[in-house]
Amino acid sequence: MEAGTLTPAGERSSALHRSPAARLPDRALRWGLTALSIGVIVLIAYFFIRLIVESEPVFRQVGVISYLFSADWVPSKELYGALPLLAGTLITSAIALLLGIPVAVATALFITELAPRRVRGPLTVVVDLLAAVPSVVYGLWGFFFLIPKLKPAEEWFADTFSFVPFIGGTVTGPNYFVAGLILAIMILPIASAISREVISTVPREHKEAALALGATRWETIRIAVLPYARGGIAGGAMLGLGRAIGETIAVTLVIGNAPVIGDSIFQQGYTLAAVIANEFGEAASNELHRAALIGAGLVLFVLTLCVNGVARAFVVRAERGKRPATGMAA
Amino acid sequence: MSALAFEPVSARRRRVDKLARGTVALLTGIALVPLALILYYLVKQGIGAVSLDFFTTDPTGSFLGDPGGIKSAILGTVLMVALATAVAVPVGVGVAIWLVEYGRASKLAHTVRYFIDVMTGVPSIVFGLFVYITLVIGGIGGSSFAAWKGSVALGLLMLPIVTRSAEVVLLLVPNSLREAAYALGAPRWKVVFRIVLPTALPGIVTGVLLAIARAAGETAPLLFTAAAVNATAFDYNDSMNSLPMLIFKNVGQAQDRLVTIAWGAAMTLVAMILALTLLARLIQRRSRLS
Repeated sequence: MEAGTLTPAGERSSALHRSPAARLPDRALRWGLTALSIGVIVLIAYFFIRLIVESEPVFRQVGVISYLFSADWVPSKELYGALPLLAGTLITSAIALLLGIPVAVATALFITELAPRRVRGPLTVVVDLLAAVPSVVYGLWGFFFLIPKLKPAEEWFADTFSFVPFIGGTVTGPNYFVAGLILAIMILPIASAISREVISTVPREHKEAALALGATRWETIRIAVLPYARGGIAGGAMLGLGRAIGETIAVTLVIGNAPVIGDSIFQQGYTLAAVIANEFGEAASNELHRAALIGAGLVLFVLTLCVNGVARAFVVRAERGKRPATGMAA
Repeated sequence: MSALAFEPVSARRRRVDKLARGTVALLTGIALVPLALILYYLVKQGIGAVSLDFFTTDPTGSFLGDPGGIKSAILGTVLMVALATAVAVPVGVGVAIWLVEYGRASKLAHTVRYFIDVMTGVPSIVFGLFVYITLVIGGIGGSSFAAWKGSVALGLLMLPIVTRSAEVVLLLVPNSLREAAYALGAPRWKVVFRIVLPTALPGIVTGVLLAIARAAGETAPLLFTAAAVNATAFDYNDSMNSLPMLIFKNVGQAQDRLVTIAWGAAMTLVAMILALTLLARLIQRRSRLS
């Protein structure tokens, strides 16, 4: 039967007409998928609420302010001041950014602007492979290779530049610097990938204009490429920061796990994520201790939420114009 | 045209150019050093542990005697990641389909995208905490620590990776394909399952493989969800061993033989993950889209 042929007297037996039963799978798919998507939102919201509820005992007992800003973390005496953990998280992440971002931007510039076309693909793959190494393997390597090999260099550095604040003093094996260095390596792939993406959106005309005016390759990068890509690079750095803040196992193995604020970057400390990983086993039976650790998780969650929010804003703004607006399909 | 119009680049500018380009190249070189060092040390330290027994016996847990192999850890990792994949992929791809085919630019779709973004940024240990709070404390399913709870934590970690990569490829499916199918009278669900999904499949598979590679290497979500045992276990209601957990436990031991096991396990884990990653890239390159 030919579809769409007119049949007498208002009977619509064309291909355009479907019986309610035939339309059922369509409805089921639509509402099923919608429910699934709403489920994701509900799930995350539920988790967030449960985090707050479960950590509430520690905030009630200790107080939010003294939980965040008191420096004594002694679970055996029921003292829960997360400042050393917060400080450790921020110090190691800052070191990671300082060491990692310049290198990440350099690799992105080299791959997109300077490298011969032949090596660009392989080089991209190799940099991305850094992301394939698991956190625990970075920790293993840092523990048995980086810590012993770096110690003499760190001691020399601490001696020579002892007049610089936060540098001099005794050097312990596991310390903030080693943790920061490992984090720098771990955030390199993501920061490099975002920078690469953003740098490749720099309009060809901008670069050609600079070159036509007689700029050298470096001057072109400096006056045409970097200013255009600045926002996106900042976004990539923030995404890297988000990763660094939440990184657990690698840091746990190389930071020393001492709940103190070290005097220099070559002393041991602790981070929010590491304390959760280490103390959860013993905390299962002690409600307050458990709440304190879940509180650390809550702080971590909020911290990464803020950092990633800012990062997304940067990246989206930098990539706008290149990417078709989502939802234009279909 | 007068040659005078072009002033040669001054020696100073040329020097700066060379210096800056050299620095950029040097920093790129430095970026490659850690990967080379890590791979070198993995092979150097790990190769000594590897033998047939290494892959076919369970860890003994003995401190002084024979430490055994890593069979239970490999099986545990495969089993837990398999369950996580079975949960995360349908949900993740489903959400991506909804975003591209139904939600599009609606307010709800923006909210869903925002929450998926939030999930991407959540540290893996916090996913472990979520599962601990909701499933372990209450002892859901009878036991406190269980492999399936570890799988849930890994699945939560995989979900945003799967959704984001699937959304990107689904958006790349040409509208003309959808329109052609509609014009032939195909209902919407048929268009989704027969036209859109098959076209986007290679890209989706790439995303799934990368998510699996990510989950296989995670330790933090398993610490207090699946915990770890030495013996091989096939029951999802029991604790299960896993490669990352085995490595993490053994690093802290002041026992060379246990540390050697950790290196061997790390080498095995990295080899598995690299294979998955390279396979994902290969499929991506073969794909017609993108």
